[in-house]
Amino acid sequence: MSDLLNVSYDTKIPNNVGLSSDRKVLKALEKWHPGYIDWWNKLIPQNFQESMVYLRTAVSVDPKGWAKFDYVKMPDYRWGILLAPEVENRIIPMGEHKNKPAWQEVPGEYRNMLKRLIVIQGDTEPGSVEQQRFLGLTAPSLYDMRNLFQVNVEEGRHLWAMVYLLQKYFGKDGREEADDMLVRSSGSDDSPRMLGAFNEETPDWLSFFMFTYFTDRDGKMQLESLAQSGFDPLSRTCRFMLTEEAHHMFVGETGVGRTIQATLAAMNKAGITDPTEIGKIRDLDVIDLPTIQKKLNLHYSLSLDLFGQEVSTNAANAFNQGIKGRYMEQRIDDDHQLQNDTYVVRSVVDGKIVAQEVPALTAINMRLRDDYIRDASGGIGRWNKIIAKAGIEFKLALPDEAFHRQIGVFSVIKTDQDGNIISNDEWEKRKGEWLPTKEDGAYIESLMVPCYEAGKYASWIAPPKVGIDNKPGDFEYVKLHMA
Amino acid sequence: MSKVIDFQTDPSKYRHWKIEYNGPIANLVMDVDENGGLFEGYELKLNSYDLGVDIELNDVVQRMRFEHPEVKVVVIKSGKDKVFCAGANIRMLGSAEHSHKVNFCKFTNETRNTFEAAELDSGQNYIAAIKGACAGGGYELALACNHIMLTDDSTSAVGLPEVPLLAVLPGTGGLTRVTDKRKVRRDRADIFCSMEEGIKGKRAKEWRLVDEVVANSKFDEAVVNRAQEFANNSQKANILGGISIGPLSRHIIDDAVSYDLIEVELDRPGRKVTISLKGPEEDAPADMTEFQAQGDQAYMFKLARELEDAILHLRSNENQLGLWLFRTQGDPKKFLAHEAMLSDNADHWLANEVQQYWKRTLKRLDVTSRSLAALVEHGSCFVGVLAEILFSVDRTYMMENEFDGDSRSMASITLTDANFGGYPMGNALTRLHTRFLAEPEHVESLKCFIGTAVEAEEANKLGLVTVILDDIDWEDEVRIFIEERVSFSPDAMTGMEANLRFAGPETMETRIFGRLTAWQNWIFNRPNAVGKDGALQRYGTGVRGEYNMERV
Repeated sequence: MSDLLNVSYDTKIPNNVGLSSDRKVLKALEKWHPGYIDWWNKLIPQNFQESMVYLRTAVSVDPKGWAKFDYVKMPDYRWGILLAPEVENRIIPMGEHKNKPAWQEVPGEYRNMLKRLIVIQGDTEPGSVEQQRFLGLTAPSLYDMRNLFQVNVEEGRHLWAMVYLLQKYFGKDGREEADDMLVRSSGSDDSPRMLGAFNEETPDWLSFFMFTYFTDRDGKMQLESLAQSGFDPLSRTCRFMLTEEAHHMFVGETGVGRTIQATLAAMNKAGITDPTEIGKIRDLDVIDLPTIQKKLNLHYSLSLDLFGQEVSTNAANAFNQGIKGRYMEQRIDDDHQLQNDTYVVRSVVDGKIVAQEVPALTAINMRLRDDYIRDASGGIGRWNKIIAKAGIEFKLALPDEAFHRQIGVFSVIKTDQDGNIISNDEWEKRKGEWLPTKEDGAYIESLMVPCYEAGKYASWIAPPKVGIDNKPGDFEYVKLHMA
Repeated sequence: MSKVIDFQTDPSKYRHWKIEYNGPIANLVMDVDENGGLFEGYELKLNSYDLGVDIELNDVVQRMRFEHPEVKVVVIKSGKDKVFCAGANIRMLGSAEHSHKVNFCKFTNETRNTFEAAELDSGQNYIAAIKGACAGGGYELALACNHIMLTDDSTSAVGLPEVPLLAVLPGTGGLTRVTDKRKVRRDRADIFCSMEEGIKGKRAKEWRLVDEVVANSKFDEAVVNRAQEFANNSQKANILGGISIGPLSRHIIDDAVSYDLIEVELDRPGRKVTISLKGPEEDAPADMTEFQAQGDQAYMFKLARELEDAILHLRSNENQLGLWLFRTQGDPKKFLAHEAMLSDNADHWLANEVQQYWKRTLKRLDVTSRSLAALVEHGSCFVGVLAEILFSVDRTYMMENEFDGDSRSMASITLTDANFGGYPMGNALTRLHTRFLAEPEHVESLKCFIGTAVEAEEANKLGLVTVILDDIDWEDEVRIFIEERVSFSPDAMTGMEANLRFAGPETMETRIFGRLTAWQNWIFNRPNAVGKDGALQRYGTGVRGEYNMERV
């Protein structure tokens, strides 16, 4: 247990968990490793595998300097097992075991619940890599390509993190679940990923940005609540994953922002002030703002579905058992047990949306979703500032939470973007106003031509303000291997 | 839960099931309407079910046999994504009174048994095609099918999570079918029944929990192929066109339920019910063609339907009335002719179905938790299948000799072939065999009396009745029996009767209705499950049940 802040490279698998002295888990991980590499190699197109990518690699879990940047071929990336430093005498922050010492081993009675949560979380990580596998082929710049691959390798590492927990703490079952992570595959008929949103294609780069902004933000909220877990290894794992996750959301927010920026610049140059002159704007090879709103509507509503049922027994159990907390649990001013509290949940009664008070314990998912909505609205404000600064009258907005839902209380109704209930007929007639149509998709795809020259960007996206690792604008983030 | 539960329904009213008929194959799609619960206070999420869902299923299974005899294979599948069936709705169970839980489980057990036996009885084979989560009652639904197919998508699993999650048993046949039908090794069954998450993929097959595991992309096709194969190999004759089942003619008023052929009188102060069955007035149909033309108005069919509905209605809606008295009035000879039409044409599909239906209805009577008695009065027609009622009930009182001022024909009992096979009890024996467990040779000798109207003295000698009473004693003795009977503890009565009725060997069916149900009903009364801090009560609140750790 020499230096748990720094990463040990004395095994094949970089780690700060003393893997070299934990023969059982090391053996399991080394057995799992070839399958993982095989999965990775089959996934990402070969010429990218051979390319040198300027990636950051976690070398420490010290928040002040945890990563270093260098060129690396992705299959050689040092995926590792990294847990945030142990907090001395950590206690369980919520539920019926509140204030008891955090568990360092899995409590037998909660084994299944913990395993299920870890499996579901783990399953999303490779899922998103699979969804994004072909995006490299249409990267609008080397900078963006590098960001994509950074996100990809880190999602891969997050899979490692979950697999480690499964193999270390869940015995034979855990090893089988770890193997199944590589069996399931996004969009597969035979064994799809567990959550719907991770079986949808990511067909274009705007989708990728929206995904990293909205869907990875769900991941962040889930990690934040798992970071509260009374099962300390899970908490520590998730805390470190959150450091990496921040970059993914940065990629999303700046990606959408740069897309908007390019549109505004083109409009200004052409003297177009009306953002709804879609035809004219599209002639400039940029993505019009109404279409960006539609993409936003789609990804936001799909991401809300990831929070599950508003009122949920599983979520209540997980909270009360001390396995999964709330966002920023420590900063919430209540008893952290919620046995007598209520929470307001909107639901559909007799065809109308009404607010109802329900026991707070059962509304844990709802609470997390509300926190998510607040968290997600920040970027919208910043995007709108860019638009306002350009003098264009248009505001992006989050659609109502009842809009376009497949899971939860709103899945039985249809609403417009503002949450007004409409008939199925009207929905069918008007959904193209709120969600990307085939034509919108085809147009965006037509813009997706690769731009592999260092310092150059596709027409529809502006360069970033600052380079990664403060590199200059023409830095060659990916040295492409073009065999 | 005080509203009247109606067991009658028809496809136009279904909210939870859809059926696609395709020649010899029917797809039965479970797609439970969340807001279609029988009572307030719960939503039927994730294809969970309550009694209302099962009443529809019972109707489906019944109509499948009578209205769609062309069907040879029924494929049960889910209309929902990612979930086959999550089992009985827990909030419903948590909020239900004990008596409702018990009635609910009994009825669902009977429905499971019915489609399980449909292959043997009617040549209709049920396949469960499982995609998504299949837990608790959901897996019990599948267990009652005779072929279980599970998709191998690395997520879908079968499971019985009742014990770890709810502190109750998989009580709708679950535990019993795992060991007795699927013949799962007991240590594996022990693991399976105490795990929350269930078992998926190849292990489910290896452990005998399912018959087939199929790759997800090939699953739908494999199901279609398997159904086709079963249909092709079926021994069932090709039958074109069934009979349609219309609504029953039934009137419920405060103290009576009237059908065309049955009168049910409710004596609330006396805590008893009198169920009077009418013999046929018209002659028996000339042949099965005429019987089929009469359809749901054919006497033998109609009487069974009315009797079944009366049993179900009284069980669920009148649980203060602890004693049921059965009477019949009619011409024994005419009844004999009607019954003979069925027994003489046993290879006719409809004759078979009607007889199988009588078998099921009599079994419902056997497991009814009420004191049951029959009064064999002058003018009665306890013949053949109606005489089975005499051997199903706990006691039989018979009129002896002429009664003053009573011009009805002398009370008699007529045995037919029906009493020696064709209507076995759950223990797989005939009621006569069970009655004379020590003297099988006596049952043989009773065959000499087939077709003979046996009067009181002889019936008593042959052991067919409990007590015979003449004009002087009848009224008083019967009254005293009734008054005594309804004064006993209902719990002790139910327990005593359920034990005495099923002498002889155990079968899977008796183990379900006896052992499994009894243990479940015990647990349903224990604080660990149903106390205010018990697991069942607390389920869904996020707070775990608190257990009294004392072993009893």
